[in-house]
Amino acid sequence: MTLFFHIGRYFMLLFRVFSKPEKFSVYGRQIIYEIYSLGIGSLSIVSIISVFMGGVITIQAAFGFSSPWIPLYAVGFTTRESMLLEFCPTIVSLILAGKVGSNIASEIGAMRVTEQIDALEIMGVNSAGYLILPKILAAMLINPFLIAISMFLGLVGGYLMGISSGACTSYEYIFGIQAFFEPWKLYYSFTKVVVFAFLITSVASYFGYFTNGGALEVGRSSTRAVVITSILILIFNLILTQLFLAR
Amino acid sequence: MIEIKNISKSFGDRKIINDVSFTFYPGKTNLMIGESGCGKTTILKLMVGLHSVDEGQILYSGRNFPALAPREKQDVRKEIGMLFQAGALFDSQTLEENVRFPLDMFTHLTKAEKLDRVNFCLERVKLEGRNKLYPSELSGGMKKRAALARAIANNPKYLFCDEPNSGLDPKTSIVIDDLIQDITREYNITTVVITHDMNSVLEIGENIMFIYKGQNWWVGTREEILKATNKELYDFVFASEFMQQVFKASRS
Repeated sequence: MTLFFHIGRYFMLLFRVFSKPEKFSVYGRQIIYEIYSLGIGSLSIVSIISVFMGGVITIQAAFGFSSPWIPLYAVGFTTRESMLLEFCPTIVSLILAGKVGSNIASEIGAMRVTEQIDALEIMGVNSAGYLILPKILAAMLINPFLIAISMFLGLVGGYLMGISSGACTSYEYIFGIQAFFEPWKLYYSFTKVVVFAFLITSVASYFGYFTNGGALEVGRSSTRAVVITSILILIFNLILTQLFLAR
Repeated sequence: MIEIKNISKSFGDRKIINDVSFTFYPGKTNLMIGESGCGKTTILKLMVGLHSVDEGQILYSGRNFPALAPREKQDVRKEIGMLFQAGALFDSQTLEENVRFPLDMFTHLTKAEKLDRVNFCLERVKLEGRNKLYPSELSGGMKKRAALARAIANNPKYLFCDEPNSGLDPKTSIVIDDLIQDITREYNITTVVITHDMNSVLEIGENIMFIYKGQNWWVGTREEILKATNKELYDFVFASEFMQQVFKASRS
């Protein structure tokens, strides 16, 4: 019953979030602010993780391909496939669920317990729309760019590690990351990214918006938001993969 | 003018507000007083629509607020300014942005006109020149004054103040009380103040409702309150030894 209560309340909140804004210019400014806050603010952590993960995947691929029958360009190929299909869209989204999700839930939760949301409501502002819509739109706009950077840096990390460890040559790696490339896989990856961005922001906002009590509950909302968002990302990853890749 | 007529509210089995009626007049500081937990803040939240009433009417210049459509409710709310107990200023915004917020949202003023209005409001609450400070850089009294500046920025017809003096020293309390009364008279606003501070009651209480156990127990003015014979009101007003001595001294 609790599950249905939350699902129902979540969709009712979304209905309010997507109702007509009071003033488009104010929302526009908020979207730009959120793009900076949610997107640019996450660039450093995404970059660091991507470079290192690209390097690790390259080493693991090289370690696994010990058979002389497997060409060495397979190292670059494997790194590209892992980064593009799974690591960048899904694992980076999980990391963003932790960073951005907890940030959103605690920010909105703190606004709730300090009556800032009540203040918005009493002014005649649709608080759900004003606080949540810019975050959802900003994340859906900026996360694909963030993930594109992550993909690029992951491949760069793989290149640096592959060359420096002697796992493959520069030529083999570059040939590998171009080999058998199918552009529609990017479409699959970026569709996942946009869906995950929506989940991260809307679910975290939901938990923040319905926080009751004080500082302790804000912390609990934040934790709950991260856990539920992570589970939802994994479920939707499975659904989207089945929809796009199943033969 | 705001009229509340026979409003009731229960949370679960507990009836918190029981058949309360009262009229709040424009140009006057209308006070709701009573012990902690008697239902003052609940009545205020019912009046501004943060809670829904179970029974009764809340009339804003004749418009029954609980019965209005959501869009119409929003229109009424645009005429409301509210000073929260803890200020409820937006932490991520400067003082100027906080006060400008209702103007950004609901007016089509130019940037310069908005700035003029913000500066006027800040000057009105004696916070001129503090435009770029964040709420975290303000003292408790300054936060209340800043919240008052935001509440009056959009020329409200109705002003609600939830315990404007709580946590303030007596001198700052008087400053806030005087500001509320001056603004109320100057712009003919219907002001509703919740308080249990007797200094405020005697300072600005022009139309007072005493709430006891969720009911309207007594109605009068600051002049009448000291002479009231109602036992519960007497216990509330003269709870402190100091007030009893002041009263005795004034009589002798």
